[in-house]
Amino acid sequence: MGDLSIFLQHLANGVSLGSLYALIAIGYTMVYGILRLINFAHGDIFMLGVYITFYGILYTPLPWWLVFLIAPAITGCIGILLEITAYKPLRESPRITILISAIGASFLLQNLGIVIFGGRPRAFPVPKLLNQVVRLGGVSINIVAFIIPIITVLLLMGLNYFINKTKTGMAMRALAKDYDTASLMGIDINRIISITFFLGSLLAAVGGIMWGVRYPQLMPLMGTMPGLKSFIAAVIGGIGNITGAVTGGFILGLGEIMLVALLPRLTGYRDAFAFVLLIIILLVKPSGIMGDKITEKV
Amino acid sequence: MKRTLGLLLLVLVLTLAPQVGYADEVIKIGVFEPMTGANAAGGEMTVEGIELALEIKGEVLGRKVEIIVVDNKSDKVESANAVSRLIEKDKVVAIIGSYGSSLSMAAGDIVKKAEVPAVGCSPTNPLVTLNNDYYFRVCFIDPFQGTVMARYAVNELGAKTAAVIQDVTQDYSVGLSKYFIDAFRELTGDKNSIVELSSYNTGDQDFTAQLTNVKNKKPDIIFAPGNYGESALLIRQARDLGIDVPFLGGDTWEAPEFLSIGGDAVEGAVFSTHFTAEAPVTSESGVFLAAYRNKFGKEANAFAALGYDAYMLILDVMEKAGSADSQAIRDGLAEVKGFVGATGVINLDENGDAVKSAVINKVDGGKFIYLTTVEPD
Repeated sequence: MGDLSIFLQHLANGVSLGSLYALIAIGYTMVYGILRLINFAHGDIFMLGVYITFYGILYTPLPWWLVFLIAPAITGCIGILLEITAYKPLRESPRITILISAIGASFLLQNLGIVIFGGRPRAFPVPKLLNQVVRLGGVSINIVAFIIPIITVLLLMGLNYFINKTKTGMAMRALAKDYDTASLMGIDINRIISITFFLGSLLAAVGGIMWGVRYPQLMPLMGTMPGLKSFIAAVIGGIGNITGAVTGGFILGLGEIMLVALLPRLTGYRDAFAFVLLIIILLVKPSGIMGDKITEKV
Repeated sequence: MKRTLGLLLLVLVLTLAPQVGYADEVIKIGVFEPMTGANAAGGEMTVEGIELALEIKGEVLGRKVEIIVVDNKSDKVESANAVSRLIEKDKVVAIIGSYGSSLSMAAGDIVKKAEVPAVGCSPTNPLVTLNNDYYFRVCFIDPFQGTVMARYAVNELGAKTAAVIQDVTQDYSVGLSKYFIDAFRELTGDKNSIVELSSYNTGDQDFTAQLTNVKNKKPDIIFAPGNYGESALLIRQARDLGIDVPFLGGDTWEAPEFLSIGGDAVEGAVFSTHFTAEAPVTSESGVFLAAYRNKFGKEANAFAALGYDAYMLILDVMEKAGSADSQAIRDGLAEVKGFVGATGVINLDENGDAVKSAVINKVDGGKFIYLTTVEPD
């Protein structure tokens, strides 16, 4: 392996990891952008998405690709349920109350996961088609590592289109500006919020499935770290900004891989790196790379 | 007269009552093992063995034995909490645990201070029992395990160079790596025979950066002791990157999850462990294996066997001492000689460590296949 091919391999590894963070961050940031709510249970919804897919493949006669399509929809419905039970009753409360409720929901889902799925890890059944290795010169990449960035970019474009060009998207943006005025304009707030949570959770599940294919180890607490990392990615990119979240995800993934690759002594600080990056961003440019200037709603 | 009789009766009741109560009282043995988190499989396998032993021998000194299992969540802080709880709230007389050297070490000071003896089933790092008169174990320790694997690499695989990938958050992994490196350097007579030492953390899922660096150094073999989950993912990613040299590891790889998560990638992986159903070593092995098969409908693993041995050893010590007092159990444990367990004959040395043979297993056809047994020097 020449130096160049090593570097290219690291680059490919970084893009692959980064696109996963980006994929999970999209849903995170979308919910925040529209509802101004940091949904700390996002990582646990992600975990539920993977487990639903796992059980769907193993215990139903459906082909894996169909499960890959259905599972995110089911997860989306769970997201709606979560909103109705944990957030809706607190809609008039101060934002900090909802934040605490989100943390509570996260713990609840994790522990439910332990009770229902068991503490021992499960192996994600990776479809053969997605478990192949492509070799380009000195660089070896699993085919999933190619697919994930493509899915990420496609979902990014689709979501941007949905929010900016459709009527429901317009209603979402209106909601983001002002709840009361939006409802005065005849927007069904509950419906729009439900759709937002459905989409956010669906995206978490898509991220989860891709995560499962790439790292096929399922645990009830598996959502915590990816959830935090994608939150950081969202903040780096400017929370609320979908394109920013994707950018943030790639920066974080590449940064982590390069840290381990080039400074092996600092490997133990890999997670710390992500949090240090978060602190720096919050100190230097709290609105993130692509975020709007933060103006408090009055 | 009536009054004297009453008084007499009272005295009688007072003197007898504690004794009657004492004889009825159950003996509580605490178990702290990881039932959730990164080491869950290891903890669960161990507890299966302990529960089996309890079923077979649920009484000692005419009193019933009760085990209280607390989940240490594969977390050092939780592990310390779990042991404190067992001692303070449940008032156990002895403790069994834990899978994972770091988790055991987190409990070390607590059992020492409370003077409640603990018997580890599979923590192999030397520091678990070192300078701790209250910690014992029924397994071998890592200087031996590391040497066994280094010898296997050099003698059987003809390896001249090796790369080591360790989990820096696990004392087990760091310790075992160190002993492997020392032994490998000595056996090859080459100080530069370890071409790369890489690290990761428990919970990491992506190892591509470390593996890309390792690949570049072209080692003959890779020694990567760590949790079964992380190790399985690591080996998968290594194969994806085109690394095709043999992977060697330690006893933590013996978990069904290592096979299911690793899939085809872990075929050919070789590791040392404590015991295998394929090579029973004592008369007790047969008893244990049959009972395990009967209860669980499958072949037993090393961790269940060690859990079984730890429990049986504590009961044996109580019987010999004729007491279920913590201090008596500790003193008895310090003098264990020739205890016949399922995993072998257990002699505890001055540190409280068992000196036993190691088994080498290989993954073949999606199963663990027994290769050989290595006797201690």
